[in-house]
Amino acid sequence: MDIIVCLKQVADLQQIRIKRETREPVLEGAPFIFGQFEKNALEAAVRLKEKNGGKVIALALGNAKIKDTIIEALAMGADEAVIIPDLALAMSGSANVAQVLAAAIRKIGKFDLILMGEGSADNYSGQIIGRVAELLDIPQITYVRELSVEANRVRATRDLEDALEVVEADLPAIVSATSELNTPRLPPLTAILKASKKPIATWSANDLGISADAKAVNTLSNLAPQQERKQVLFEGDVAKAVDELVKQLQKEGVV
Amino acid sequence: MANILVFSEQAPVAFELLCKARELGVASAAILSGGEGANANNYFAYGAQKVFVGADARLENYSADLYADALAQIVETSGANIVLIGSTKRGKELAGRLAQKLNCGAVTDAIGLVTQDEKLAVQRYALGGNTIATDVIATDRQVIAVMPKTFEAIKQPAATTVEIKVSVQLCEPRVKIVERKPKAAATAHIESAETLVVVGKGFAKQDDLALADALAQRLNGEIACSRTLSADYHWLAEERMIGISGKKCKPRLMISIGVSGQIQHTVGILGSKIIVAINKDKSAPIFKIADYGIVGDLYQVLPKLVERIGKS
Repeated sequence: MDIIVCLKQVADLQQIRIKRETREPVLEGAPFIFGQFEKNALEAAVRLKEKNGGKVIALALGNAKIKDTIIEALAMGADEAVIIPDLALAMSGSANVAQVLAAAIRKIGKFDLILMGEGSADNYSGQIIGRVAELLDIPQITYVRELSVEANRVRATRDLEDALEVVEADLPAIVSATSELNTPRLPPLTAILKASKKPIATWSANDLGISADAKAVNTLSNLAPQQERKQVLFEGDVAKAVDELVKQLQKEGVV
Repeated sequence: MANILVFSEQAPVAFELLCKARELGVASAAILSGGEGANANNYFAYGAQKVFVGADARLENYSADLYADALAQIVETSGANIVLIGSTKRGKELAGRLAQKLNCGAVTDAIGLVTQDEKLAVQRYALGGNTIATDVIATDRQVIAVMPKTFEAIKQPAATTVEIKVSVQLCEPRVKIVERKPKAAATAHIESAETLVVVGKGFAKQDDLALADALAQRLNGEIACSRTLSADYHWLAEERMIGISGKKCKPRLMISIGVSGQIQHTVGILGSKIIVAINKDKSAPIFKIADYGIVGDLYQVLPKLVERIGKS
């Protein structure tokens, strides 16, 4: 069984700073990682492979550093990787990214299952799965918290707002993972060392016969919400701190 | 003039979207149904001028694949240039597939729609909630999935109304629903609570949440939590989870206890009027967005706080 896991490289969101004067985000210096849900997708793929055989291909779009970021996916158990280091393409919006992923998947050729996170860590738009499914004309199963494959058929439990829904579909299919699906493994050092020896193919938009269309969505501004918080801290003696706090809250009229 | 088609599998969300749609232009609604049960009158009451009904036995169960196909056909029939969808989980997966079918741009999880330079600007959280982006969709057609409760549903019937049956052409469903296990009906309504006590990883064990419960009871508030306590520890139901993948709340008073304040969580509390944080780590990011904070051990602070509030 051949599984392709789509991964998006994002800046570590915990390390983004906000410029106080302009409220602009500063991404410089933040390390690049894969999002949590994508690790759940990767873990699920590796477990399916361990059970059913086959291979796992990690497919990732990102900036020039994607070659470093992808090592984590290989260390977690992907057998090979396809990377597309093209920041402009990676930033060109869901419509273009879906075209690139679909083209790369077609170029990879043989696959039974595609896995991705329920949303990316940064935009969490959840659009990619539907777009890629449509481009490849395959069924989509989103928000999955339990997953198994038997006799060329995928069975999944979807976690929706009002219900858990158990569904089945013939392969090939595309599935998105929630964090409830599993606990991603932390690869040991030996796996990390071995990872760099695994095959990594580097493809360009040209290789895929893709020329990014004009962006379908233009972002006019992207600023931190205005937050004017008082940031009054009480420390030291607990009883005194509690007393001060309650007095303030009474003044505010909220207790 | 904008021609807007509204769809949500949750009728109350469709009504909210219709109210915004009739402000932006000509409002229509789509109903997809597996039988004949569609009631267009409710949609007319919220301002739909046209209601397009796609009825087909294959639409009995929700499938992103078939629903997108049916909606795309209704978009063609209606000539809509803007499609507003409720950004539920089902709505979000539908938005992506529909946008691809229509070959157009889409924005999901929209939290605001404003007209800017005669264009429709869509606001959404970006960078994991660090920022709010304002987007304009450049394609002729636009698909926008809007978060439930973004707009208020107020009845205002359209002057003239018409119901149009669309005979949709569909394939057989490829995803089979084997079983549906309904979740217990929501018992907590943290989005409408005036006071929220939010608990995080600072609590060492589930029993200790009794301390927070006592405080919530004193304040007549509800308990909410960070993702870890619900998704990983299963201490509290998902309906109490706040954050980018949980709920966004705007209480008058939010008391955050033992929550470090990662951005994926705090995006759900920024609308609070007053934020109080209790954490033993002075460098915890939660203090950056707090109005008042106590740097201290919650096991010492909470009993005293409950006692002190009881006195006042």
